[in-house]
Amino acid sequence: MMARIDKLWFTTLLAGLIPLVWLLFDIAFDQLGANPIQALHIRLGDWTLRFLCLTLAITPVQTITKWRGMTTYRQMLGLYTFFYASLHLLSYLLVDHAFQWRMIGIDIIESSYIWLGIVAYIIIFLLAISTPKQVKKYLGKNWKKLHRFIYLAAGAGILHYFWQLKGNLVEPLFYLIIIALLLGFRGLVWFTNRQLSKMMIPKSRK
Amino acid sequence: MIIKTQKPIATSEITDSLVFKRRRQIIKSLLAITGAGVAPAWASETKPLWDNLTQGDFSAHDLTPTPLELIKNYTNYYEFAFNKEDSTDLAQHLAIDPWSVEISGEVEKPVRLHLEDIVRQQTLEERIYRFRCVEGWSMVVPWVGFSLASLLKSVKPLSTARFVKFTTVHQPTVMPNQRNNAMLTWPYTEALRIDEAMHPLTILAVGMYGDVLSKQNGAPLRLVVPWKYGFKSIKAIVKIELLKTPPLTTWNQATPHDYGFYANVNPHVPHPRWSQNSERQLGSHFFTPRRQTELFNGYGEQVASLYRDMDLRHFF
Repeated sequence: MMARIDKLWFTTLLAGLIPLVWLLFDIAFDQLGANPIQALHIRLGDWTLRFLCLTLAITPVQTITKWRGMTTYRQMLGLYTFFYASLHLLSYLLVDHAFQWRMIGIDIIESSYIWLGIVAYIIIFLLAISTPKQVKKYLGKNWKKLHRFIYLAAGAGILHYFWQLKGNLVEPLFYLIIIALLLGFRGLVWFTNRQLSKMMIPKSRK
Repeated sequence: MIIKTQKPIATSEITDSLVFKRRRQIIKSLLAITGAGVAPAWASETKPLWDNLTQGDFSAHDLTPTPLELIKNYTNYYEFAFNKEDSTDLAQHLAIDPWSVEISGEVEKPVRLHLEDIVRQQTLEERIYRFRCVEGWSMVVPWVGFSLASLLKSVKPLSTARFVKFTTVHQPTVMPNQRNNAMLTWPYTEALRIDEAMHPLTILAVGMYGDVLSKQNGAPLRLVVPWKYGFKSIKAIVKIELLKTPPLTTWNQATPHDYGFYANVNPHVPHPRWSQNSERQLGSHFFTPRRQTELFNGYGEQVASLYRDMDLRHFF
């Protein structure tokens, strides 16, 4: 049993690198189209949002299937979200702007869609650095509160996608629906539990 | 009139001179492979069509054109697709031969002209212009075209003509987003103030890289206004109207806070959601910094006087 889980864990770990390898292939063979730098941003941003959706899907899946022990996968997927978000940021700073800080400064100040990206990244960064067991222990109850901000990161990330587009809104809309469904599920679970506990309280007092 | 055009271009900006030098050969090989770009009936049968056109004073001789493959595969043609790649194939269904253009409104003699007659009457020139999209990318295109002013003068505009409106063809059977009424109000329209339309930099293009325009790039006839964002340079024009009052234009109508009537390239006036300070040049490589965007896309010397006493932040 243990061995099987380890195998699955290892497979998931490797699978998370597929988008990166794929991207590197496309760069090496010049498959990113006429504006490869823009394509690179979109590709890395897309994978950040996809991993974020997967991360958020773990808890609902666990609730439905009652299969315990998925938290390690949630953690791994969350760290992959952070990994692709970091590559996305790095490619903006280095591949696109070649660390020309003045131009980067003006670009950030004048582009509200980038502010949303920064908000999302700061949240994801904080969640990532609070991964180690010691930090989790130190934060106690606050850890869970902090990690609820992931929904804010998701919202900001999707808006970040929306706002840099001239017109076509289909792709970010897709992520928005997924996130809304996942958040809706969590809300439903929370509501049901609350109703249940309300029913429990008078009974116990009798 | 001698007009000094461009500032010197840094080595890092130069696209790829090898590709540029081999451009005719590349066009030919591309034509051979795809069978695209078949000349319409009005064009001569010997190729390339316009091999030795004169470059007027308005052409930026020192700019290196962006490779043709990039220009042909990165287009915003929303009638066909909302991405920049799919219209390369989809636009091939557009019927462009025969083609005529209606010129009407505040003119002495409203006409419907066949494109072949227009091309015969007008003097074609090669104009190398930088093309800056509102999305923050740019390319350098060697257009083949003629002065819009010259065409307009031939129909004798009345003194009441203060605006010029352009309309793209309506072919819903081949243009999916016209058929589905998707996103914008179709057909696409754009407009210029009469002095902008009459400016010698403003051309109607029928070709690029010495050959006819490819369909995804606006064949058979498109506007090119080099100091304005690309969406002003409307494609596949069928109607030109001279008007007394400013008409609604497609993007301005759709989101007036994002896209103004003027849409002059201006690094100091950001789009509500993104900066216009810099641009990514197509054909530039990874780790190459973005290009600093210039006021009026570098054509300030020629056009700034059109906007004297105007607050460019207000009239964006």
